[in-house]
Amino acid sequence: MRVLVTGASGLLGGDVARALAARGDDVTVLQRRPSGLRLREVLGDITELDSLTRAVDGCDAVVHLAAKVNVTGSWEDYRRINVDGTEALLQACLGADVRRMVFVSSPSVAHAGRSLVGAGSGRADPERARGHYARSKAMAEQRALAADARGELAVVAVRPHIVWGPGDTQLVERIGRRARSGRLPVIGSGAPLVDTIYIDNAVDALVAALDRCDDARGQSLVVTNGEPRPIGEILAGWARATGAPAPTRHVPAVLARWAGSGVDAVTALRERLGHDLTSDPPITRFLAEQLSTAHWFDQRRTRQVLGWAPRVSLDEGFARMRRHYAHHPLT
Amino acid sequence: MVSFPGPLPGLDPAWSRHVTATDADGVERRWHVLDTAADHAEGDPAFLGTMLCVHGNPTWSYVWRRFLSAARPGWRVIAVDQLGMGFSEDPRGSLAHPRTLAQRVEDLSRLTDALQLSGPVVAVGHDWGGIIASGWALRHRDQLAGLVLANTSVHHDFSSGLPTPLRPARALADLTCVRTPLFVRAATALSRPRLPRDVRDAFAAPYRYPADRRFVGQFVADIPAEPTHPSRPALEHIARGLTSLDVPVLLLRGPADPVFSEAHLRDLHARMPHADIHRYEGAGHLVTEDAPRTANDTWAWIAARVEDGEPSSGADTHRTPAEHGPAWSALLQRVRDTPDDLAVAQVADGRRMTFSELEADVAAVAAGLAAGGVTPGQRVALLVPPGIDLTVALYACWRVGAVVVVADAGLGLAGMRRALRGAGIDHVIGIAKGLAAVALLGVPGRRILVEGHSSAIGALVRRPHGYGPVRVAETLDDVRRRGGHAPAPALPAFDAEAAVLFTSGATGPAKGVLYRSDQIRAQAGHIKVLYGLTPADSFVAAFAPFALYGPAMGVGSVVPDMDVTAPSTLTAAGLADAIAAADATTVFASPASLRNVVATASALDAAQRASLARVRVAMSAGAPIPVSLLRKVQTVLPNAELHTPYGMTECLAVSDIDLAGLERAGTGNGVCVGTPLTGVEVSIAPLPRDPAEPDGLPTTAPDVTGEIIVRAAHVKDHYDQLWATQHASARDGGSHRTGDVGHLDPEGRLWVEGRRQHVIHTADGPLTPVALELAVLELSGVANAAAVGVGPVGTQALVVVVDTEASGPVLVGADLTAAVRESAAAVTRVPVAAVLRTSAFPVDVRHQSKVDRARLAHWAERVLSGGRVGAP
Repeated sequence: MRVLVTGASGLLGGDVARALAARGDDVTVLQRRPSGLRLREVLGDITELDSLTRAVDGCDAVVHLAAKVNVTGSWEDYRRINVDGTEALLQACLGADVRRMVFVSSPSVAHAGRSLVGAGSGRADPERARGHYARSKAMAEQRALAADARGELAVVAVRPHIVWGPGDTQLVERIGRRARSGRLPVIGSGAPLVDTIYIDNAVDALVAALDRCDDARGQSLVVTNGEPRPIGEILAGWARATGAPAPTRHVPAVLARWAGSGVDAVTALRERLGHDLTSDPPITRFLAEQLSTAHWFDQRRTRQVLGWAPRVSLDEGFARMRRHYAHHPLT
Repeated sequence: MVSFPGPLPGLDPAWSRHVTATDADGVERRWHVLDTAADHAEGDPAFLGTMLCVHGNPTWSYVWRRFLSAARPGWRVIAVDQLGMGFSEDPRGSLAHPRTLAQRVEDLSRLTDALQLSGPVVAVGHDWGGIIASGWALRHRDQLAGLVLANTSVHHDFSSGLPTPLRPARALADLTCVRTPLFVRAATALSRPRLPRDVRDAFAAPYRYPADRRFVGQFVADIPAEPTHPSRPALEHIARGLTSLDVPVLLLRGPADPVFSEAHLRDLHARMPHADIHRYEGAGHLVTEDAPRTANDTWAWIAARVEDGEPSSGADTHRTPAEHGPAWSALLQRVRDTPDDLAVAQVADGRRMTFSELEADVAAVAAGLAAGGVTPGQRVALLVPPGIDLTVALYACWRVGAVVVVADAGLGLAGMRRALRGAGIDHVIGIAKGLAAVALLGVPGRRILVEGHSSAIGALVRRPHGYGPVRVAETLDDVRRRGGHAPAPALPAFDAEAAVLFTSGATGPAKGVLYRSDQIRAQAGHIKVLYGLTPADSFVAAFAPFALYGPAMGVGSVVPDMDVTAPSTLTAAGLADAIAAADATTVFASPASLRNVVATASALDAAQRASLARVRVAMSAGAPIPVSLLRKVQTVLPNAELHTPYGMTECLAVSDIDLAGLERAGTGNGVCVGTPLTGVEVSIAPLPRDPAEPDGLPTTAPDVTGEIIVRAAHVKDHYDQLWATQHASARDGGSHRTGDVGHLDPEGRLWVEGRRQHVIHTADGPLTPVALELAVLELSGVANAAAVGVGPVGTQALVVVVDTEASGPVLVGADLTAAVRESAAAVTRVPVAAVLRTSAFPVDVRHQSKVDRARLAHWAERVLSGGRVGAP
């Protein structure tokens, strides 16, 4: 199978590209800067139809991971990359012989800030989605599934919830550094149950979605390890795995949300004033909500439709991470 | 008249239709009805009948929506909006001359003529609609197949005034019902749990403007409070008519109804003694809202009673008379054989009675009760602590044929109130404290005082010729004296209803369990055989229920000096003294009392130790007892076989195991409770993988986990006034569904794995909690443990809640979490999502040991979704 993987410079995208190549698929990757992967590479912006046309040329399938994922930034950026980019990719696919697409999405496209307890996947809904990222992904998912409904291109939306693993600079290492410097408080009781997914399991799920695309087409599937745990336990697990102490300081959830609202306002103001925000702020209201309410999902349909189950348990994942950081200490 | 607004919560707009029919005055009227329009037309062989539903005031046919959506195949459901109500045409009338009851019955009859209802009909009514449905039923006896009445009444003692909430409504009908929506809104505002806003709005949808509410007022004005009221004769006619009704009747009752009282229910039951009753504890006037299961229960009742013609109580009716007479024949045997042997003793005041003295006293009190108006089948609440007085009162009641109601303080005050107010009590025999309590709780009945049990609160009770706010009719001594020269009552039937006991209420409101005389006899016989009791034995009754079985077994008993409502007040010395007082060979106790006996054993002197060493058999009942505690008990009672039976209020003693048997059984999936007693059949209904699926067929195959089903002569007759619960529990042909889950092992031993409602429904299938909890309890520092599920059934996450010896935050530390996960992994492959800590384990009042896992699960779900921690 000839497969295009977009967004292969990210942790998940890179691993998916490698996994597909390892099993013998002919893989092309598309991203803005060289990925360092020894695979056929097309450099270009996800919104440029020219580079997209070149990238999908001859491909049977696409795994679309490229997206703007931060928690801050202007709506224009999110819309351009996540919505317009997906739209352009769909056009390119329909203009070529691409038959399958795995659209990598997020559970946040269907859910507002309230507590999710054993929730189903739900339909993507830009009206309900909170924040620029979720809203733009919701719009993109709607368009991807609308393309599926037209018949020629089979699309399945896969929504991994909090992917983590060794070498994850965005989340795990940031948590590790904060914990090491004592700046990682536990929000509230730390008890809210949160689903996550270990990187290898997420890779397997995306590969399974690619293989089962014709059966699973038109569906949105949340993928997790199926092992919800208290958020406090997960953060402590990450911190310890990177060699940092587990957090002990508690901040009331209300205070954190309030602080998050303040940060949201300040960030918006700084952007308006033209500051370039290279690093994400310490906490946003969205993040505070994520950390103080439950977010876990019903995995029965996902596992049945994909014929997939996680191979790496959370505890095994923590152990692998400990081994990794024992050899590659955080700087 | 407003037009039907279209979609409303829970209501299929396709049901809504209009029908034109002439009203009682011959005028054509447009009715609005909800109609499932039958999957099968009348005349179709699959057509079974029509359910005709009549709402009350101020509701409309919306109140029946669940009855429509839950309809059984072959049944058509028609729920009408009465004229002037809901979305039906307004037939005029005024507050001064409201549409009368007779007119309304006629209106409905003409509507059903227009609808050409010809097949069997089950009439259903709520509130004032119940009276109209009854009126319709009496005029259509040829096609009437059943009658279902929910919180209604056909008779009220108007001389005592209207029920309080109706007084302002009646006096100020115009203001409260018509000009303002007060009455309309109050009806749904009182619903508990609180109704969703959209449902409350749906109830009020037809009554938005004063013009739409005229008939809400007229209905109130039609309550025939005055003797000359035009609707009085029609009401009296209906009330009389019901007494001759012979079709199946179901009475649904929400007890928290400020308008329709227990007296109204008893009146209906007296008119139709064959009626089935189901009480929905916690539900109020809008019982179909407060207890949505009323719809499914009613259809289950129609299936059983109307379609299949099952008999009334749903009980096993294939009974054979006992071979050896009444429940107390063993007592009479002892009177003949050894009249001067000890029958009952109580250590606290040294009172003792021989078998002949006991028999003479029981006979006198029975005759006195009968002469004083206690009749067979009447219910007598007993509020007397275990001992001589309780034994005499109990056996005297049985001899009269009365039904004793035993609601112990272990239910808690609120539980006692619910239990006693709902049980339909005719007489109360109680100590002063008990009578003060029933007065406070509003329990009806004639009160008989048992003297000689003084207490502070008992001072409220007015003795004959004395003072005090709580009146009593007479004392037990008055009864006894009267009985001395009264004839003995006639011997009741061998299977007369004998007792209502209450479940512990550890898993929902306490349920009344009704036993018949022959079942009590069978139960006592089982205990006697099980522990090898002979006339040479006597036992210490430190476990309240067993104190009563002495005379039925023909074995002497002694009540130790303890507060039996607080089992942990039994000391080792107290036990030894009781043994000495009666030369006892046997001890019946509970885990809590034995725990305290072990804890106080160091205070024993040599003589007391010698007494304890005489005990041949000791039995712990009421709650599971850990093997570790039994081992300690063995050091205090060195020569006793230590037994623990498994059973429940609905079937005392299903199986039994002793300490040696427990040691042999070792650990396994659950708690080993031994082999079933002779004559007890145990089978297992396998749990389905998906909780929405039905259970598998009952089996005795080993190592299959499922609900434990018991069949035995001493299984309860039925749950009292809980038709649907009884029907569900006895659905396997007269046996009892225990609500416990477990399995049989290859040696035929039964293992209990938990309560059915505590099964955790994970994505990997059902998981029972007990084995996991026992594994976690082995960890050092863990004082208590419970496994619960959080999240939607079918994909629940497994959570372990612990109480630790050291306190700390709600999330236990990483080490203990890891240790719990490791313990759990040995029992199940389902991952433990979280380990939470609380120092406030919710346990039942009666046994102080049954953990309320539902409450813990609710708390865990709150904490684990980011809610307030607090206490469970």
